[in-house]
Amino acid sequence: MAVTGVLLVLFLIAHMLGNLKIFSGATSFDHYAHWLRELGVPLLPSAGFLWLQRVGLLTAVILHIWAATVLALRARAARPVRYAHRKKVRGSYAARTMRWGGVIILLFVVYHILDLTTGTLNPVGDPSRPFANVVADFAPERWYVTLFYTVAVVALGFHLRHGVFSALRSLGQQTPRGEQRVRVVALVFAVVLCAGYLVVPFAVLTGLVS
Amino acid sequence: MNLTLRIWRQSGPQDKGRMVKYQVDDVSPDMSFLEMLDVLNERLILAGEEPVAFDHDCREGICGMCGLMINGEAHGPQRGTTACQLHMRQFKDGDTIDIEPWRARAFPVIKDLVVNRNAFDKIIAAGGYVTAPTGSAPEAHSVPVAKADADSAFESAACIGCGACVAACPNGSGMLFTAAKVTQLSLLPQGQPERYTRVIGMVDAHDEAGFGGCTNAGECTAVCPKGIPLTTIGRLNRDYLAATTRHADTPGA
Repeated sequence: MAVTGVLLVLFLIAHMLGNLKIFSGATSFDHYAHWLRELGVPLLPSAGFLWLQRVGLLTAVILHIWAATVLALRARAARPVRYAHRKKVRGSYAARTMRWGGVIILLFVVYHILDLTTGTLNPVGDPSRPFANVVADFAPERWYVTLFYTVAVVALGFHLRHGVFSALRSLGQQTPRGEQRVRVVALVFAVVLCAGYLVVPFAVLTGLVS
Repeated sequence: MNLTLRIWRQSGPQDKGRMVKYQVDDVSPDMSFLEMLDVLNERLILAGEEPVAFDHDCREGICGMCGLMINGEAHGPQRGTTACQLHMRQFKDGDTIDIEPWRARAFPVIKDLVVNRNAFDKIIAAGGYVTAPTGSAPEAHSVPVAKADADSAFESAACIGCGACVAACPNGSGMLFTAAKVTQLSLLPQGQPERYTRVIGMVDAHDEAGFGGCTNAGECTAVCPKGIPLTTIGRLNRDYLAATTRHADTPGA
């Protein structure tokens, strides 16, 4: 859970930084997307780096979901008779919604790939013009796309808030002062990542990027 | 105070069990929760009914025998308190109180509110001890222990094994108990020889007993009557990682 989670978090950071290039203009953004395809050439074939990354991420996602499923099944088996009266979980909202939040994020990732990688669900859908795809995607009349992106990114924020803390604990974080620090880091990281991802669709929506 | 109780009644391990409603009148706010149950039981016996079975021993909050899910909270609404030390002044006149046993596959119900916590003994038997012959208490200064380590070990050693952590855990995990029993020894010099075989053995015994896995939700710490911190689980994880990587050749590990 923790190890695959950390790999996915590293990807999330890189992806967010890449997204933010949209603020330096269409040419720069398209150039960055093109550069990703050509990364490692001639050592790797064209788009070779992207495929390596895709295989790596897919493996991490599958292992992450597998570990979560094992934990969920064990939890279910560990309490065959439920409580008639159960107080709400006292821990954070984030900790309580890890499983359903994960499902929302998975559905979003499927949609996101069909939208901006394959272009199937995108109004422009031209892989050579990613800037145009993004601008068309978050146009004001397609407000429901922006809404879905927002819901998914906020779900991701909650997932990360507990996930970062829990991963570091699983990897051996053990002092009380460290725990306080890790909780703050997890919260700040989740908020920064949320903001970093949401600023792009909202910039398009408000016409800041066009 | 007049109270309505809804109590889990189950005549034996095979019985399906059900919540049964009882009325208890003239309860003093100065009674402990268990004394209130004693009053109910005396009335049940006088009426020729079967009294409610519940575990208890010292009634001083240190033995770990009592354990009730009171209104969905392990040991009731007061933090850092066992059910026997909970007083009726925590409730209001006319309240309805739900009382259930700990719910976990590893803790099967024996009768009514009494569960079998043998699974905890199995975890202890898998490594919760030191093999060094200790004899009588040695001179305290002969083996130096850092103050911080001694404090953390003592914090873990405060665990009374009541099982509230399992009862409250959304995953039905016994990791806080296991972590407390691992770290009370792994932080001290006497616990070093078996440090890495202990953690593997005890976590394996925990999993075999049918407890769930830990997701660091933190419910256990919130209800623990002894306030064992969640960082204890981090210490267990650290030892477990070391045992499975650096000490892979440890005999028995």
